[in-house]
Amino acid sequence: MLYLRNLANRRARQFEWLYQCLESVLAAMDPLFARVGYSRIERPVAFVERNVKGLLFDCKMCGQCVLSSTGMSCPMNCPKQLRNGPCGGVRPGGYCEVKPEMRCVWALAWEGAARMTSGRRIDVVLPPVDRRLEGSSSWLRASRERAEQNRARKASGERGRLTLARTFWEARRIEPSSAPEAPESDLDRRSAR
Amino acid sequence: MRAGMQTAVVEPAPAAIASSPALVSDSPLEALLRAGTFAITAELNPPDSADPKDVYAAARPLLPVADSLNATDASGANCHMSSIGICALLTRAGHSTIYQISCRDRNRIAIQGDVLGAAAMGVKNMLCLTGDGVGVGDQPGAKPVFDFDSLSLLRTIRQMRDEGTFLSGRKLTTPPRLFLGAAENPCVPPHDWRPHRLAKKIAAGADFIQTNYIFDIPLFEKFMSRVRDEGLDKKVYILAGVGPLASGRAARWMRKNVPGIHIPDDVIARVEGAADQAAEGKRLCVELIQEIRAIAGVSGVHVMAYRREHEVADIVERSGILKERKILA
Repeated sequence: MLYLRNLANRRARQFEWLYQCLESVLAAMDPLFARVGYSRIERPVAFVERNVKGLLFDCKMCGQCVLSSTGMSCPMNCPKQLRNGPCGGVRPGGYCEVKPEMRCVWALAWEGAARMTSGRRIDVVLPPVDRRLEGSSSWLRASRERAEQNRARKASGERGRLTLARTFWEARRIEPSSAPEAPESDLDRRSAR
Repeated sequence: MRAGMQTAVVEPAPAAIASSPALVSDSPLEALLRAGTFAITAELNPPDSADPKDVYAAARPLLPVADSLNATDASGANCHMSSIGICALLTRAGHSTIYQISCRDRNRIAIQGDVLGAAAMGVKNMLCLTGDGVGVGDQPGAKPVFDFDSLSLLRTIRQMRDEGTFLSGRKLTTPPRLFLGAAENPCVPPHDWRPHRLAKKIAAGADFIQTNYIFDIPLFEKFMSRVRDEGLDKKVYILAGVGPLASGRAARWMRKNVPGIHIPDDVIARVEGAADQAAEGKRLCVELIQEIRAIAGVSGVHVMAYRREHEVADIVERSGILKERKILA
């Protein structure tokens, strides 16, 4: 699926637009999602997300999608899984240090970002991945987090997440699901699995 | 929403403004750099031994000329004595060290604990690195960790230092006072984006930068001119990496096998063409230091003379930096 992955990167501006539309729609649907129950729709939405984004971006379902901040090049395809790349090992021609046959995911990310309207979002320092969220739907999380941002801020009770969100405050603002604050009702169930 | 994003990017860190004292640490290296002295740091070759004497022996040839010694953290993914162990021994003997932290081998729990441990043992400088892939080292079957990357690591240690908490929010009774460093590799692709990534490292919390080997002066000058255009040299101290090439063959081997090393063909040809290749490598290193010294915005050099540590004092001496420092002092 390297062809589609490269296409998404080359057409970063169009995909950015598509993604912004999707995010607005999802954020607007928060009241509906909340009424039906986020945990109830988690599995079907994650299934769709896994297949669509798997096809387009070789998505690894980290659950904290930051594609719009990484030039539509998925950072989880970097063998070092850097959230703020590229590393210093990039080979001549922009090839990966670890997989010499592959173009550096982060070299592509910076190229993609240059084509995007909000490409400067790549300048923001992103937090480390919360591994408990792997496999869950990032779309739903984005919807919930955007809605949370729009609502009056209330203490979520989990101090650790608030500190991380404050430490990476710029990332929280532009990619709220990369540094989430909203309560995750089914987090315990997922980590127990 | 877009306008909001733009301001989010350029908005200064509230934490950084609230706490930008003259010195962020008790590090003599920081004091030296802030005073405008052209600094010299050197990389120590970590022993494969459990004997502290081997650490002192490795440090001995570097101490007369280096302001601080870098203790590598399994560089090239090869196993050696730990950086924290070396730093503990040397700081107790009264020497300034730079504790290198690679994200390859430890997760956020281990790293934050080590930051406190190292600071408690007297370490005042830390260099945050991503780390080379495990495949190039002596234990390619190891599990690569990369829980943090160099930038999220920088930001986390800055949080510990300036806000006095772990990333979990738990309070530290005594926060570490640290001078934070990061690496930069100006001579490898994507060249156009390297200055941007440097800016990002400053935003993440870097106070100083040590670069990878610079053998390509024109390329480095181009990088530095962009750094100056962005005003980044005013926000961070940049120490350029240098080292003597043992021979043309060694240079070719390094270029092929060590990640992130760029050596132009004409540099290799020059060393290869000399009657005494090691002497020519040394002469080249002296010249590189002198050329780097003349580039505006560079605050020092970082000498990495792997297995040629005995040459470092002579190289620095011949470069004339020490003489210049004496005159200025």
